[in-house]
Amino acid sequence: MEKERRNFIKKGAAIGATGAAGLMTWMAAEDVNETGEKVKLLSTNGEIIEVDKAYLKMASVENAEQMRRDLIGREPVPGRKFIMVVDLGRCRNAKKCIIACQKMHYLAEDKEWLKVKLLKDSDAGAPYWFPKLCMHCDNPPCVKVCPVAATFKREDGLVLIDNDKCIGCKFCMVACPYSTRVFNWEDPENPDMEGAEFPSTETSLPHYHNTVEKCDFCPDMVRMGKLPDCVTVCPNGVFYFGDENEDAVTNGDETVRLSALLKDRAGYRYMEELGTKPRVYYLPPVNRMFPVERGYRDLSEEEINVMKDQMK
Amino acid sequence: MKNTREKIFEAILPSMRDKGIKFKLWNAFLIAIILWGLYALWIQVTVGHIVTGMRDHIVWGIYIVNFIFFIGLGYAGSVIAALLYFGNIKWRTPIVRVATVMMVISTIIGPIYIFMEIGRLDRIHHLFIYARLQSPIMWDVIAVITYLIGCIIFFYLRVIRDFSFLSNKEIFSGFRQKLYRWLSIGYCEKPEQNRLLKQSNDILGVLIVPIAILVSSILSWIFGMTLRPGWHSSIFGPYFVLAAIYSGIGVVVVLLYIYRSIYKLEAYITDTHFKYLGYAIIAFGAGYGYFTFSEYFTDWYTSKEWNARLIEKLFDPQQYGWATFFTTVGGILIPMIVIGIPQLRTTKSTVVVSLIMVIAMWVKRYLIIIPTLENTLVPMQDLDPVVSKYSATWVEWALVSASFAAFALVFTWIMRFVGIIPIYTSSELEEGARIYSNVQTSSS
Ligand code: SF4
Repeated sequence: MEKERRNFIKKGAAIGATGAAGLMTWMAAEDVNETGEKVKLLSTNGEIIEVDKAYLKMASVENAEQMRRDLIGREPVPGRKFIMVVDLGRCRNAKKCIIACQKMHYLAEDKEWLKVKLLKDSDAGAPYWFPKLCMHCDNPPCVKVCPVAATFKREDGLVLIDNDKCIGCKFCMVACPYSTRVFNWEDPENPDMEGAEFPSTETSLPHYHNTVEKCDFCPDMVRMGKLPDCVTVCPNGVFYFGDENEDAVTNGDETVRLSALLKDRAGYRYMEELGTKPRVYYLPPVNRMFPVERGYRDLSEEEINVMKDQMK
Repeated sequence: MKNTREKIFEAILPSMRDKGIKFKLWNAFLIAIILWGLYALWIQVTVGHIVTGMRDHIVWGIYIVNFIFFIGLGYAGSVIAALLYFGNIKWRTPIVRVATVMMVISTIIGPIYIFMEIGRLDRIHHLFIYARLQSPIMWDVIAVITYLIGCIIFFYLRVIRDFSFLSNKEIFSGFRQKLYRWLSIGYCEKPEQNRLLKQSNDILGVLIVPIAILVSSILSWIFGMTLRPGWHSSIFGPYFVLAAIYSGIGVVVVLLYIYRSIYKLEAYITDTHFKYLGYAIIAFGAGYGYFTFSEYFTDWYTSKEWNARLIEKLFDPQQYGWATFFTTVGGILIPMIVIGIPQLRTTKSTVVVSLIMVIAMWVKRYLIIIPTLENTLVPMQDLDPVVSKYSATWVEWALVSASFAAFALVFTWIMRFVGIIPIYTSSELEEGARIYSNVQTSSS
């Protein structure tokens, strides 16, 4: 009896463990002869445990992904509440963030999770450059409508997509008022996923044909305590990323108090009246570092015209 | 009464045994279109949604338009049938038959088109294993399945007696007779059977109307529950219900007329039928027109920036202005004027305006879906016109054409099997008896 119980505990540990050989599962109904050879595994609570080799079986790859996801993909980074502040006074449409984002997420050239728009708020107002990411809303309309819970909201503030689950109904794209989400209309190229450390929900990889994707605030980076690439790469320090709980954000060069920044610079959220409660704040385009025309530099005549036409 | 049944049977027999070359060509034509659609589907599944006109902003296209259109017809069928049944309307029988058959076929075809829109058909089972009840799509899945089951029973209960009548007709092949007998589940005019049948008809008739209204509203909430101008509107539920019934009547008129002219059924599908259906078109057209007006008028008057952009899109002749003109004038005003003025109202004119109205109702659904998706909050500023402006590709048109061909094909065969005039009910109804006595006198 006692032995059985111990076995059970071991088996339970084995189910939740990952080792060098990948994810292992134990088949419930089998009789196992212990080999005496022990394997060390890391449990989900971070303890090193030892299990007899005989209990371990390689799960099929599909199952492995499934379990990894269930184990860590939907867990928040403990104690965090991620937030971003975008300083509109500094943006000159350099597009470095877009390129970095594409590189980071292995996106095709025509696919942008992060876009820079030319906006103008009122008839006599001045145009300005507006980097648009996923707002990671606290009341996310996209999460509400997903029929299979493929897109979800985490406690650390992130709205992520489980692209193993997504059926590609595109309802979330329709529901998102900021047109943040993009669809893999064509079979996307994927990097070599061998030895990938983070679950697909956190890397948004691999890209699947006919599913939805979007800016994810690079959860794999922030879990390691690093900044998303768009933040570090911006030559003008437009993006401040940080933790609301800590009341601190940084753009890589300077670290500032979030509440003070929002207060001093009159931070606001885009389209507050929609009630989506975005986690991205904007600082109004005042005291500009560049004239708006600087942003036209790398654009064709045609592009500039389209932008000006649709400026509002 | 027995006599009347035989008479009706004789009249509709040609339509039930049609082996003419025209009939064969018709079938071949429809099957060809369906095959074309299947080929398109194969391309879409193997190559991906890139072959459609949908892109990141306009993510839903004419598949959803078609979905709403057919589901609308499906809901209309039961409401029309049930209203006529409970109104105990004497002239109802052919209308009820056409409406219920339309209902069953459309409720099956419609949902197929939501699947065309879904990227990963290989993961469709996720809808059940990961079902998330908070999503309006899930509401729709449940509602449509419920309704489909309800309307198949609703239809079936209305043909059981005819099946038992047809099962004794030597003129059909043995297999067909056997099939009729099997489907008639032992009905043989016992009073107890009649009582049960009437009871179930009554219960289902009472149930199906609220279900249809509910399901229709749920359909509208797929759109109503989003933050989009043109969709996020509290009148969307009733608006969809009215639009569904309205377009449904139009389709019934057209179908009745086609059958009447091909199989010379003037004695059973009379001008009076078209007249009354015309009245229904006026009534529902008025309601529907009123809703359309209040929808546009309130948005236009307040002119909230995001909504105003949509209104401009819809009324600008360079964009959707002409389509809007067609749906309001061709879809609402002309039918009401032509049918409303006695001098203009003939059976033919009723049929023609009904046909125009049905087309307009399809276009109207297009206007509900596409311009709203093109009207993004943050400007698109995309250079590529394919991204910023939707236009359906041949793949999408092929698949949509296939839905109409499939509708026509299945309708043809169901009608061939059950007959366009309900034999039993017609013979029971007084008004029926009067018409049929006319037939007797005219044919003798
Ligand atoms: S497209 Fe995918 S993530 Fe979006 S609502 Fe549908 S299933 Fe959910």
